[in-house]
Amino acid sequence: MKEVKETSIKSSEDVILARQVAREMAKKLGFGLADQTRITTAVSELSRNIYLYAGTGRVVIKAVSGDSGKGMEIVAEDNGPGIPDIEMVMQDGYSTSKGLGQGLPGTKRLVDEFEIKSKVGAGTIVTIKKWLR
Amino acid sequence: MERVPILKMGDTLILTLQVELHDEMAFRLQEDILKKIYETRARGLVIDVSAVNLVDSFMGRMISDTAVMARTMGVESVLVGVQPDIAITLQEMGLELKGVHTALNLEKGLELLQNMGEVGHEGG
Repeated sequence: MKEVKETSIKSSEDVILARQVAREMAKKLGFGLADQTRITTAVSELSRNIYLYAGTGRVVIKAVSGDSGKGMEIVAEDNGPGIPDIEMVMQDGYSTSKGLGQGLPGTKRLVDEFEIKSKVGAGTIVTIKKWLR
Repeated sequence: MERVPILKMGDTLILTLQVELHDEMAFRLQEDILKKIYETRARGLVIDVSAVNLVDSFMGRMISDTAVMARTMGVESVLVGVQPDIAITLQEMGLELKGVHTALNLEKGLELLQNMGEVGHEGG
């Protein structure tokens, strides 16, 4: 399945839009309800981070296939201020704003693959993958 | 803008989350609930999420904060109707909803409040 959906994130309404897109695709690809919820929650966290910290950005959701079979890849990208200390934001309990400090480390635990790249003054890209079992 | 209705049943306020709340709506709702608690002299708050298919860290924080704020005003809160996959997700993320009691459904939530002595007989 070659399907790519891009949602641009500019407001908190777009966060809802991105997770609707994510749930729809997860359902379509055959993920069970628990995985649909994991994926949708992860997308919610990443989209909200964009809107809260960078203001604007985009979330690209696509169906992928690899050695681990079929799955879903989500890339959340912004040109915001970037993260000076990634290790710190990946710690449980760390929060600079309105979450419970579980946003990024929590997201990582919901998915199979998690990668974060950030450059201060340039932006942040988070890529997550969930494989169909 | 759309608002989420807050129902009063006896001494209890019941908030049923049905629409997908964006962040501003959630903040406004939090204020609305606290005002309503004050105005109605409610003695218990039930937050029903049985129609909700996702609770992320923001929503979790809102629910937890609201319960703590309500408690500061003297009102206990019960979260009811958490679906299995939401319970799984919250646990895996490491989100702990502090300050809020939980019950399986609305009926059991009302029972719990009653047993806590927070709510008297209906009709108030």
